[in-house]
Amino acid sequence: MNASSPPTLPPASQLKRDMPLIPSDSIAGRALVVVIAIMTFLACLTAGGAILVADASQGWRAGVSRDVTIQIKPRPGGDADALVAAAADIAARAPGIAEVHAYSKAESENLLAPWLGDGLDLGQLPVPRLIVVHMQSGHREDLEPLRQALAAGAPGASLDDHRLWLSRLDTMADAIVVFAAALFALMILAMATAIGFATRGAMAGTREIIDVLHFVGAADSYIARQFQGHFLRLGFKGAAIGGLSAALFFGLASLVSLWRSRSAGGEQIAALFGAFALGLGGYAAIAAICLAIAGLTALLSREIVFRQLRSLL
Amino acid sequence: MLRFENVGLRYGVGAEVVRDLNFGVAPQSFQFLTGPSGAGKTTMLRLMLLSLRPTRGTIHIFGQDAAKLDKDAITAIRRRIGVVFQDFRLLDHLTTYENVALPLKVMGRSEGGYRAEVVELLRWVGLGDRMNALPPVLSGGEKQRAAIARALIVRPELLLADEPTGNVDPSLARRLLRLFVELHKSGTAVVIATHDLALMDQFGYARRLVVGDGQLKVFEGDSP
Repeated sequence: MNASSPPTLPPASQLKRDMPLIPSDSIAGRALVVVIAIMTFLACLTAGGAILVADASQGWRAGVSRDVTIQIKPRPGGDADALVAAAADIAARAPGIAEVHAYSKAESENLLAPWLGDGLDLGQLPVPRLIVVHMQSGHREDLEPLRQALAAGAPGASLDDHRLWLSRLDTMADAIVVFAAALFALMILAMATAIGFATRGAMAGTREIIDVLHFVGAADSYIARQFQGHFLRLGFKGAAIGGLSAALFFGLASLVSLWRSRSAGGEQIAALFGAFALGLGGYAAIAAICLAIAGLTALLSREIVFRQLRSLL
Repeated sequence: MLRFENVGLRYGVGAEVVRDLNFGVAPQSFQFLTGPSGAGKTTMLRLMLLSLRPTRGTIHIFGQDAAKLDKDAITAIRRRIGVVFQDFRLLDHLTTYENVALPLKVMGRSEGGYRAEVVELLRWVGLGDRMNALPPVLSGGEKQRAAIARALIVRPELLLADEPTGNVDPSLARRLLRLFVELHKSGTAVVIATHDLALMDQFGYARRLVVGDGQLKVFEGDSP
C-alpha cells in the first residue's frame, strides 16, 4: 500500500459503469410493469366510472328534485287540451313555481317514439299529457297547495313529485360507488400481492449480492433503498402506462358518446353517465392514482425487503 | 478483540459441526486457521463474521456480546472487519474498481473522496490495468487480488481470509501474504484460513489454530 504514487488518476468515467447495485435484469421487471399497468388501468377505469356515476347522480338528483310532473290522462269525450291549459294555469299561479312547460300532444307522442318507433300513428291512442313544473329552490316540500288546487280545478290531473324515483336513484348511485370502491380496493390488494411476489423473487435472485453487501458493512436501510429505487421506477413506468391508457380510454369514450348522443341509445347513456366525459377532477384523480400506485410499489417493496433482511444475519 | 467461549454450532438437529471452541484473537495478532478440508474452518470464519449464530457458548467481539447485538450494531462491527472469501464473491456487474470501492460506498463516502485511495490499492495489488474490467473476464488470481483489495480498503481492525492464496501461483501467493503482513504490522489482527503447510511454515511466528474433528487446538508461534 506504500507503493509509489500513481502518476495520474483515471477519470471516474473510466472506472465506473454506474450500474445499480441490484442489477435490473435480476428482477422480473417487465412482467411486473405489465401487471402494474393492467391493474392501474382497471383501477383508473373503476375510479373514473365511479366518478362519472357520482357526478351524473348529482345531476339526476338536482334535476329531478327540482321538477315535478303533472300527468293528465285523457278521458273519453274529455277535452284534454283544455284540462292541460287549466292545470298549467293552476301550476303557474302556485307559490314557489319557477317555470311551467306543458307538453303538446305532438311532443307527448314524440316522447314515446324511442320505444314505439317513428312509423306508428298514435293519434287514436289515449296518450297521457304531461306538464313539467320547475320549482324554485327551497320549495320542494311545499307541494300540498298545488295538489289541492289541481284536484279542485283540473279533475283527472295527478301530481308526481318523483320521490320514489329519487330514493331509487340515490340507492342505485350509492350502490355503484360502494361497489366501485370495493373493486378498487380488491385491485390494489391484487397489485400489492403481485409486488410482494416480485420483491421476494428479486431478493431470492439476488441473495448473493445481498450477502456481499451485508459482509462489506451495508446497513439494511441501504440495501432496502437499492430495491426501493428500482421498484419505484418500475411502479412509475407501469402506473404511467396504465394511467395514460385509462385517460385515453375516457377521452375516446367521451368522443364516441358525443358522436352517438343523437341516437336513442346515446340519450339513455347520456341520461345515465351525462356526457360520459371525465372533468378535470376525474383526470386529476387518475394522475393521483398513478402517483399513489408508484409510491405504493416503492414503499411495499421496501417494507418487504426490510422484513426479509431482518431475518438474515 | 475477539473471544470464543465454549462455542458450539449445529445445523438443524444434526451433530455439532464445531464444539467447545475456546480461543481469542488479540489486537494486532497474526494467526493461521488450519485443518483438513471440511473440518470447519469456513464455519469458524462465518462465526467470527457474525453471519452464523452459535447454538451454544458466547462470542465476544470488540468488547460486545455478539448474542446481544442488533442488526445496526452487527453492521457497525462488520465495518471494522475485512473479509476475503474463498470464492471471492465479487459482484459480476460491477467493475473491479467498483467492487473494491464497495465497502466505502456503502458507508456513504463520496466517490471523489475515495477514488485515489482505491486506485492506489488496485495498482499495489497489480490490478492497475484491470480497474475497469468486469470480474467474469478476470483470471482466478486477479479475482483473488480484487477480493483481497476489497477487504483491505477499509483498513480493517480484523482481517478474515478464507484460503486467500488458493488460486494463485506461489510467487503471487508470497506477494499477497506480504500484503497481509504489512497490514498486520500497521495494526490489523489477521486470521488466515488455509491448509497450505508450506505457506504457514514461512511465517513461523504466527499462531496456528488447528481445527479437526470439530474441535480446536491452539499452537502459539515462535518469537519473531
